[in-house]
Order: sequence, then C-alpha cells, then structure tokens
Amino acid sequence: MSFSVTEPTNGTKWFAGILVVAYAVITIIPLLWIIATGLKSPADSISYPPVVVFEPTLEGYVNLFTDRTRATEDMLEEAGPPQTWYEEIARERGTIISGPSRYGERFLNSVIIGFGSTALCMILGTAAAYAFSRFRVPLKDDLLFFILSTRMMPPIAVAIPIFLMFRNLGLNDTHLGMILLYTAVNLSLSVWLLKGFIDEIPIEYEEAALIDGYTRFQAFYKVVLPQAATGIASTAIFCLIFAWNEYAFAVLLTSGTAQTAPPFIPNIIGVNGKDWPAVAAGATIFLVPVMVFTVLLRKHLLRGITFGAVRK
Amino acid sequence: MTTSPIQKVADHTPHGVARKIRGLSDRAIAWIFVAPTIFLLLAVNIFPLIWTIRLSFTNFRVNRPNKDVEWVGLRNYERILNDPDIWNTMQATAHFLIWTIILQVLIGFTLAYLINKKFKGNDLWTTIIVFPMMLSPAVVGNFWTFLYQPQIGLFNYVVTFFTGGDPADFSMIGDVRLAPWAIVIADTWMWTPFVMLICLAGLRSIPDSIYEAAECDRASKWRQFWTITIPMALPFLMLAVLFRGIENFKMFDLVVQLTGGGPGNTTTLTSIDLKREAFEKWRTGYSSAYAVILFVTVFGLASIYVKALNKVKER
Repeated sequence: MSFSVTEPTNGTKWFAGILVVAYAVITIIPLLWIIATGLKSPADSISYPPVVVFEPTLEGYVNLFTDRTRATEDMLEEAGPPQTWYEEIARERGTIISGPSRYGERFLNSVIIGFGSTALCMILGTAAAYAFSRFRVPLKDDLLFFILSTRMMPPIAVAIPIFLMFRNLGLNDTHLGMILLYTAVNLSLSVWLLKGFIDEIPIEYEEAALIDGYTRFQAFYKVVLPQAATGIASTAIFCLIFAWNEYAFAVLLTSGTAQTAPPFIPNIIGVNGKDWPAVAAGATIFLVPVMVFTVLLRKHLLRGITFGAVRK
Repeated sequence: MTTSPIQKVADHTPHGVARKIRGLSDRAIAWIFVAPTIFLLLAVNIFPLIWTIRLSFTNFRVNRPNKDVEWVGLRNYERILNDPDIWNTMQATAHFLIWTIILQVLIGFTLAYLINKKFKGNDLWTTIIVFPMMLSPAVVGNFWTFLYQPQIGLFNYVVTFFTGGDPADFSMIGDVRLAPWAIVIADTWMWTPFVMLICLAGLRSIPDSIYEAAECDRASKWRQFWTITIPMALPFLMLAVLFRGIENFKMFDLVVQLTGGGPGNTTTLTSIDLKREAFEKWRTGYSSAYAVILFVTVFGLASIYVKALNKVKER
C-alpha cells in the first residue's frame, strides 16, 4: 500500500463511509416505498402503523390498467366466472372490469413524445454543435449565450403565447406540437453538451480526411460522428429523461390525445377515492426506466446536469 | 457495371475542382447546420417572449377572444407592483429559495466531502444518492403527499417514532406553519445530490500537491480545510447555487403536486400564482406583465450573480 500524507486514514474512511451509506439508505426509502406501495392491497397501503412486511398483490397494477365498475348480483351472474387472473383480482373486490384504463395510452404518448423530441433534438443539436465547434460562425458567443438563456425562462411564462400560437396552428394537444416544444426546450442542453464533446475530438482527424478527398459532410459523418458516439448517446439520454419528466407544458397544453404520463398519474382515482397502490404502480413503471438510465449515465451525469460547465 | 456520363466527367475532374463542386463552402455548411436550431428557438422561445411583452400592455383575455383588445399602457405593471398578494407570493418564494439553498449546500457539500474520502464502494453509493434528482418531480411530488399524510403517512410515522406523540396530530401539507417546510424538505431530498455532484467535482479538482505542501508547512487539518478546500471549491459551490437558484425560482411541478399552493397561499410560489392568473382566471394581459417582471428578476439576479462568480474565479 502506498503511503501518502493526503491519503485519508482507515478510521476516517470508515466514518465517512458509514455517514454516506446512512444518507443513501434514508434517501432511497421514499423510492422503495413507492415500489412497495404498488404491490400492496389498498387496505395495507393505508394501514397504521405503516406495514413493511405484507402479502404482495398485483391489485394495484390491475387497477392501474383497467376501469372497473361496482358489480351487482345480476351483472356478476351475467358475466359468468372470471376468465383471467386479473379479472379474478377485480372480482374479489366486488368489481367488474369494464375496459382498459387510459394509462397505457398516456404511457405510450410519453414514449412517442420523448423519443420523437430526442431524435429531432439530436439531429438539430449535433449539426449546430459541430458548426459552433469547427467553423467561424458570426456572433458565435452571442448565439451560444442566447441558446443557453432560453433555459432560464419559467415555462409558465412562455406557456401563455405558446398556448395561443399552438391554438392558431392547430398544434394544441397534438404529438407533433409537444415534440416540437420539447425539442426546443432541450436544444440548449444538447447544443452545449455536444459542443463540449466535439471540442474534445482532435481536429487533425478531419483535416486528414479532407486531404484524402472527403467533403465536409463526409468528414462529419464518417469521422466526427463515430468519435462522438458516446457523447451523443449520453446527451440523448439526458434529453429523453428531461422530456420524459416534463410536467408544466404537458399539463397546460395537453388534455386528451397527447397527454403524457406525468399529468395523468397523480389523477388516478379508484372506486373509493384515491387509489394509492394504483398511483404507486403507475409511478413505478414510469420511474424505474429512468433509474436504469441513470446507472448507465453515471460517468457523464455531472456534465449533463451542468450543461457541460463542469467536466470531470 | 455501366458508368454514367456524369461519372465519367467526375472521374476526369481534377481533385481540387471536384471538392469545390461536390462540397459546399464551410461558411454555407455552418449556416445550414446552425439555422434550423436558431429558427426553432426563435419560433418557440423568442417569438412567444415578444408576444408576451406585447400582451402585457393590453387587457386581452384568452377566454374572451371577441372582446376588443385595449391598449392599457403600464397599468398591468402598476397593479402587479402594488398588489400585496404578489408580495406574499414573493415572500413564499424567497423562503423556499433561501432554505432549500442553505440546506442543499450544507448537506450536499458535507456528502461530497465525505465521499471524497474515497472509502470502498463510494461509486455505488453515490449513484444511489443521485436517483431522486433524475426522477419526474410531478410524479414524485404527488407521492410525497402520501408520505406526508397524517396517521398513515410514513413521514409522520418516522418523525413521531423518534419524537413521541401522535402521527395524526400534525399534517405537513395541511398546516399553515408546516407547509412551507414540507416543500423545502421534499425539494432538499430531491436536489441535494445535484449540489453534491458539483461539489465533488470541485473537491476532486484540488491537486494533492497543495495539501502535501500544507502538510510540510505543518498546517493543521482545520486550517487546511478553511484555507485550501473551501476557497478552491468555492467557484463550484457558487455554480451549484446559481443552478439551484434559477431552477427553484422557476419551481412549479414538484410544489404544485405537493401542496397545490395551499393551505391558503402559504406555498403559492410565483410560478403557481402565475399559472392561476393565466390559466384559471384567464387574465392574459395581466399575467403577461407578471411574466415579464419574473424574467427581468431572474435575468437581473442571475447576471449580478455571474459577475460575482467570475470575480471569485479570478482570485
């Protein structure tokens, strides 16, 4: 073992480790509680004292994906015995499944708008970032600052005219409208991050390619793009997460067709008021993919959240 | 394989000329690459902003499109600045801003300092700590209302477990005195990792050699902390505060789901108030003026702060 005056002692390491682990455990409890609540029965979810050990059930998930009506004797007789496991769960509560809920659609909307805007954002962002990194663009610094400053505006403040503009263009509550909007919101992030990644690629590679007779476009997609692949991928994940989590515009500009999951999940209501297991189930399905992406992103996390201002 | 006449010509063209024909000039490419981005940002950000400024001088209401729009000059601004409710909103926002920043800086810096002690497995625990920050604030905020339920909520249970008392006795989001703290706690839980990550980068940027030199000079650890660690990490800390300040000034999703601005107006932050004026009372002209005032405030405060930040960096 190397010996250095700046290396913390073992005692210090243990002390620091225990405190950090304690904080991590406390901070993760609300998230574990969401996942656990999704697997509880409604009675368990609101019991006092809160139960940690319980019999898991998929009732929350069934309630999340279905609409149910309270069944009368006649209806039960007419419907016959339950055909599937989820019908059985609904029957146990004296309800009959009347159809699928809107959660599936809302989740799909989140996927379409999230991926759509990310794709568009990456195409526009990569091109702009390449130009800012490699060419002498007039007013470069001003344009870059302008791009960043669009992020400082409170969404609600620009939402008023966007609402009016979208209404005139027929873009209110459409996938296309939300994709364009989220693209614009995320462009500042993607341009700044990607410029940083492209700046790090030595310009000599392209010069060599140009001398070999490549055009600028060829040099761009045959030399620069492959080298920037990691940076582009992590920027894309950031854009996806931001679009995925966005709430303010979604709640103001969408109500039916294009509504995403974040405005929908809090409004899931059961037969007897707020159905917390169903809400938690919806949240779990929505949040877990982001946690997976966070693990994948951990090396570039800092860069992403600071718009490339801090690089490790 | 047949060669087209065009191909034949191309093959006989000297390389230098061919490149000029096939490739556009760098200047043209630069414009083609940058233009779509600038165009989209102008359309979705600047055009609405100019429209907001224009509307702020009128009495336009979205829900009455057929009514004549009157030019009212600065009256909207006058009314906002003289409205005592707006000052209450500003106070609620200031309380939220100040306390979230204080708590997040203290906890975030401490965590970063401890993680920087490089104990085994610190990467894994850092990733776990970071999770809340990446999640949807609206969905998570909504779930915090469940944690804050009197009687059945986990938060109340844990608090009374340590302090004694009845978990049904207090309601974090129903009590006028507690609600402002309920949003501070949830925001701190969510965003402390952000400050932590930036501080960690700051601490890691300090070269070991400086500490080694300090050891040689027999500076105590306490002194090293105050004369090396803090000043060298300060620009990073200030950057974290800038980001959190701007983000929390805009705060909407987490708080609107958590308390909806209530009880009363105790947690009505500016964005929530603005949303009510614009999309519930439909006072479009008035709320446009409100929005303009918010812009000016954010940009003003942010640019003063950035100047201070640059001064610190220069030292």
